[in-house]
Amino acid sequence: MGQTQTDLTVWIGGAAGDGIASAGESFAKACSRSGYHVFAHNSYQSVIRGGHVCMHIRIGQQKVYTQGDVCNYLVALNQDTFQRYAKRVTKGGAVFYNTDKFKAAQDQVAAGVQLIGIPVMELAGNQLMQNTALMGALMQVIGVDAAAIREMIKERFTKKGEAVITTNLDAFDKGGAFAHEKFKPGEIRVGKGDGKRRPLAGGNPLIAFGSVAAGCRFYSAYPMTPASSILHWMVKYAAKAGVLVKQCEDEIAAMNMAIGAGHVGVRAMTGTAGGGFALMTEAIGEAGMTETPVVIVEVQRGGPSTGLPTKTEQADLFQLLGASQGEFPRVIFAPRTLQECYSMAIDAHNLAEKYQCPILITSDLYLSERLETFDGVDINHVKIDRGPLVTQSDGAYRRFLLTPTGVSPRALPGTPGTIYTAATDEHDEDGIVISDVFTNPAMRVKMMDKRMRKIEHLLKELPAPTIDGPNDADLTLVGWGSTYQVMLEAMEALNKEGLKVNVFCLRIIAPFQVNEVRALLETCKVTMSVEANYTGQIVKLIRMETGLSIQHHLRKYDGEPFEPKQVIDQARTILKTKPKQSVLASVQSDEGLPPDFSPIEHPAIGAEAARQH
Amino acid sequence: MAQVKEYIGKVKPDWCPGCGDFGVLNALQRALADLDIAPHNVQVVSGIGCSSNLPGFLNAYGFHGLHGRSLPVATGAKLGNHSLTVIATGGDGDGYGIGVGHFVHTCRRNIDMTYIVMDNQIYGLTTGQASPTTEKDVRTKSTPEGTIEIALSPIALALSCGATYVARGFSGENLHLAQLMKGAIEHKGFALVDVFSPCVTYNKHNTYPWFRERVYKLEDERHDPSDFRLAMEKAFEWGARIPIGLFYKVNRPTYEDEEPALRSGIPLAKLPLQRNDLASFMEDFI
Repeated sequence: MGQTQTDLTVWIGGAAGDGIASAGESFAKACSRSGYHVFAHNSYQSVIRGGHVCMHIRIGQQKVYTQGDVCNYLVALNQDTFQRYAKRVTKGGAVFYNTDKFKAAQDQVAAGVQLIGIPVMELAGNQLMQNTALMGALMQVIGVDAAAIREMIKERFTKKGEAVITTNLDAFDKGGAFAHEKFKPGEIRVGKGDGKRRPLAGGNPLIAFGSVAAGCRFYSAYPMTPASSILHWMVKYAAKAGVLVKQCEDEIAAMNMAIGAGHVGVRAMTGTAGGGFALMTEAIGEAGMTETPVVIVEVQRGGPSTGLPTKTEQADLFQLLGASQGEFPRVIFAPRTLQECYSMAIDAHNLAEKYQCPILITSDLYLSERLETFDGVDINHVKIDRGPLVTQSDGAYRRFLLTPTGVSPRALPGTPGTIYTAATDEHDEDGIVISDVFTNPAMRVKMMDKRMRKIEHLLKELPAPTIDGPNDADLTLVGWGSTYQVMLEAMEALNKEGLKVNVFCLRIIAPFQVNEVRALLETCKVTMSVEANYTGQIVKLIRMETGLSIQHHLRKYDGEPFEPKQVIDQARTILKTKPKQSVLASVQSDEGLPPDFSPIEHPAIGAEAARQH
Repeated sequence: MAQVKEYIGKVKPDWCPGCGDFGVLNALQRALADLDIAPHNVQVVSGIGCSSNLPGFLNAYGFHGLHGRSLPVATGAKLGNHSLTVIATGGDGDGYGIGVGHFVHTCRRNIDMTYIVMDNQIYGLTTGQASPTTEKDVRTKSTPEGTIEIALSPIALALSCGATYVARGFSGENLHLAQLMKGAIEHKGFALVDVFSPCVTYNKHNTYPWFRERVYKLEDERHDPSDFRLAMEKAFEWGARIPIGLFYKVNRPTYEDEEPALRSGIPLAKLPLQRNDLASFMEDFI
């Protein structure tokens, strides 16, 4: 008898070039179109020679927060994948492989795991049909309706003609029929989907889509993983969306071009990863000083330096906070979900024009490159707010007028009677530089005060942070950005066990909402940070801004995302063994502290890379 | 025709008395007046350096940006609103030193803009260090025994990178310079006007008399500006005789002509922000 679960997880692995991404994406999309919630994470195990890739796809009847931490079914496109992961396949699951490629024996998998070998050559007469035949077998064994995947095969090969479609459908059907005839149905099953066709994407396309929704017409960038998929989405939809996409010679040009476009009144954005952002740094301050609206996306990956180009990390927080010399208002958004990638991109463009300063959106590879079903994206009520714009002059226009809000009405080049120069040197209300020959310390102070005043008004407008889950929890998980959903999943699992846990995950980094964050943290009993970096960057920021210290820490910097079990285990240990402490605990440096807990043991991700204290 | 005085900015130039940049500013004001371009339709973008202070001295929209980054800002401004006349200005350190990467690619792009470089063969604002156009063996504050590197040829670089209007002027030849600038602004494409603009304070080598003795006008020698090979040859002529004038001019479609997002002809800055077609994008996520 099968076990019907609310979700199940399929891993598809092979060498780079085996078509894991397309097989995985097809499976993910087939499920999202069949009424399931989907979460897929493509893990590039670059430590292994040959460029090993493994896509983890979890499907469920309810919202699926993460890729999970088990493997119910494994599609091994090569022997290497089989050897690495076959033992991890859970009882009642199965391993799918091509018998033409390698032999597998029952003692290589756990008891109760089926070995489903498909003779691809014999069935399809062509090794190129391997993935399609294995997918046919997979769909048959896990019992997910194959209609959607058949529809996708047709869509995918439309341009290649009827013959190619037929060949692929035939291989798919034969794989399925062979599995049906020779093997038992999988014992791990997920109930039927609700029939709703759900949208499926990653964070980058949603940041791009949100920008287009907000009227962004200019995107300049230099290619850099994991930000390039914003560029690719923008290029793909450039004609339809009317966006001018400019690939530049470097990130310095990308940033300065976006500023040029912003200066003449176009909603403009640029995007990059940490290394490219470092090159943009000087121009972030340029936007701050010239009060030019611009949106910058920084998609984090493993650092330092070129670091881990295809891995995830959250270690650029202080680069974002400290980018550029001097002081000026900036906003840093750290969307936590796909829906927030979309909505915060819209907010970013509105705030950029309203407050005339650089707005930064930061995400990371994990959030950006995943495939996840999403909802709650509001396309019918997109609010556009450009802030004060002067279209006619009374002859007394001053571009940098001192105002109570710090925001001076903007006039766009081309408007008669409002001529000014925007200067990166300190200047007066007319834009005349007071940096050098005509110094004016009193005006300098007024202009600094004017620009910085924007922050207090921004703080009034930004939504307050919130805590998810029970408000009388015994443990609060604390994080920022992309670790949100793994914390939510851990919270729900622990709450089901009867342990009271809630989640406090920041999505606005700057301006820091000191009072709100402090008030919320003071309601917490015991706190544990969950962060993908070495030094505990959000912990440091919170302490710096509020004087409050998070007590326990779970950190990870091996490049792979947190798995729910890692968070759950750590939280459970704290709740069962650690005395209650106040968030006002004595402050110590994080560096060099002995670990509180033994490192995470995990066969797939290298235990030496996980550190907690 | 407009009057030159309409282009005089609110701020008096703070250049040293005798600086070559005065001549450049005058020539630019004259060119804009002759072309009768309304000041509010002109966007001038500069970097950092003595010469980059120019936007404040001109009555036009200005953007006085970072050192070396005038061209990408100007490119963004032009692509954002291509109905504006966009002029980038700066010095040799700004354009051929720290910003040379942008110079190379802006030439390739053939954006319809004019780039005026006040080339004084020295870093003036930082009090006299060698620049990319300082001649070999010239002693400067940073090269007390003479420069080891050879000078870069802006004309040859612009030609090889695909600039479609390549000229050199001398701020001591003001009417000639204004003519070159007029041609540059009228030209549809990326136009470089490199200007010998002597630094009277820190460059005791390339002085007004030094240039006056050497410069000659290409026009006077019936130079054919459609001849690329000849232009390249003239670009390297240096020493007893140094050519000024229009080296090369060719018509090639501009970046804006070929950019799909500008096909409607409407500047991006004038397009509506609110959209009503978002549902069709959502469809593609399914």
